[in-house]
Amino acid sequence: MQYMCLIYQPVDAPEMAPAEYQKLFEEYGAYTQAARESGKLVAGEPLQPISDATTVRVRNGKRTVTDGPFAETKEWLSGFYLFDCDTLDEVLDWAAKIPAARDGSIEVRPLMVIPGMRDGHPVAQ
Amino acid sequence: MLSRALGDSHLAEDAVQEAYVIALERWPRDGVPSNALAWIVTTARNRALDVLRRRSRGDEKMALLARLESTQTQDEPDFDDVSVADDQLGLIFACTHPALGLEARIALTLRAVAGLTTEEIAHAFLVPLPTMSQRLVRAKQKIRANGISFAVPDAAHLRERLEAVCTTLYVMFNEGYAATTGDTRVRHDLCNESVRLARLLAELLPDQPEVHGLLALMLLTDARRNARVDENGDTLTLEEQDRKKWDRWLIAAGLAHLGRAAEFNDDGPYQIQAAIAAVHSRAESFAKTNWRAILTLYDRLLELEPSPVVALNRAAARAMLHGFDIALAEVDAIASAQELDRYAVLHSTRAEMLRRIGKMPEAAQEYRRAIGLTENLAERRFLERRLESVLH
Repeated sequence: MQYMCLIYQPVDAPEMAPAEYQKLFEEYGAYTQAARESGKLVAGEPLQPISDATTVRVRNGKRTVTDGPFAETKEWLSGFYLFDCDTLDEVLDWAAKIPAARDGSIEVRPLMVIPGMRDGHPVAQ
Repeated sequence: MLSRALGDSHLAEDAVQEAYVIALERWPRDGVPSNALAWIVTTARNRALDVLRRRSRGDEKMALLARLESTQTQDEPDFDDVSVADDQLGLIFACTHPALGLEARIALTLRAVAGLTTEEIAHAFLVPLPTMSQRLVRAKQKIRANGISFAVPDAAHLRERLEAVCTTLYVMFNEGYAATTGDTRVRHDLCNESVRLARLLAELLPDQPEVHGLLALMLLTDARRNARVDENGDTLTLEEQDRKKWDRWLIAAGLAHLGRAAEFNDDGPYQIQAAIAAVHSRAESFAKTNWRAILTLYDRLLELEPSPVVALNRAAARAMLHGFDIALAEVDAIASAQELDRYAVLHSTRAEMLRRIGKMPEAAQEYRRAIGLTENLAERRFLERRLESVLH
């Protein structure tokens, strides 16, 4: 089963010193490598900060483009990992090891399983 | 040997004590029997059986009687039971997975483990049948969609998951114990069901001290059931309760499980809470309560669970030991953090303390706040009576 791990971090986190930032960068590197080597990782990427976000909406045929994320929230989406695991508990263990779990929140949600579809393509039943 | 057969060391202790007393009375008169030890054991066993038979607590009594009456024969271990036990345990852990909301966990455990019908569960929680049906459907859907497994967690995860099981059962118990609106019999059934489930858990995981702690807490609390409510159906505080109405058999059983938990030398929140309940159970009267022991236990509980609710309960205990002024200062400090602003018990505790030191207008204000935050009708009536008392 495939599970999305959405990484949310507090908006008002204090600025990090360059040395701290480097350490965190290395932690993520080590984590991602371990996840990849386990064979359970499908994909994982960091996102640019919300200052680089743009939101698109179409209402009544009219398109609006606005600066910033979809809503002002206390935590912002900073990245994701997509895992393929057998049980929820297995992916929860991976999610707990994401460095951001220490001061942020990792939302774990299974991908919707649509019978007859895989990766957006129809498959024979 | 007798305590193992009874599963209850205190009942055994009491029975043996009584046997010795009888021996001291009879032997000088009738002569010492040829097998004195066997006489003691048989007499103690008979006394225990008498106590059990006098009790009216159906299934627990039956189980104990059956065990006691069969102490002569040794049954072969049934290996079929092992796999059934694992299945049951796996089911319990799945139904109480933290990924499910607490309401869902309670409902699902009652449905799948205890075997209650959806109607019975809806009735117990005073919600419409379709609501409860939906709750169960969504819970099962979540289990399926997330691949929550029906397995006993491994050692690394057991403590965390066991906490979720215990919380589920304890909140279930409290729903039955604390709520007094609706059908009283139904609420009693909910208490009985949660105790039954806790007993099952203790049988399946006999080497987990927190499980014994949970069961002890439930039994010691349940022991007060008949003393909690007066003729008018109004709630009585610990101070007001007639302790003669406390069920001594349940207290003995609760203390036995607490004793069993203590053997593991691995304390935890449920054991501590049970120990606090035990201190109350052992006190002849409210005035004779060992508040120092209770305060020490709350200090430990606060270490394990540093929450404002625990701090609040600790402050209430402090009041009995160090006076209401000091305790009120602590409660004010807790209240200033504002986490418990919408928690009725914060305001009712504060109100009570203000009342005790004679600050009636402030007490009235806090009682009103508490009333506004309380949904439980009996609790609300209690607070309204208190409000009346400070207004006049």
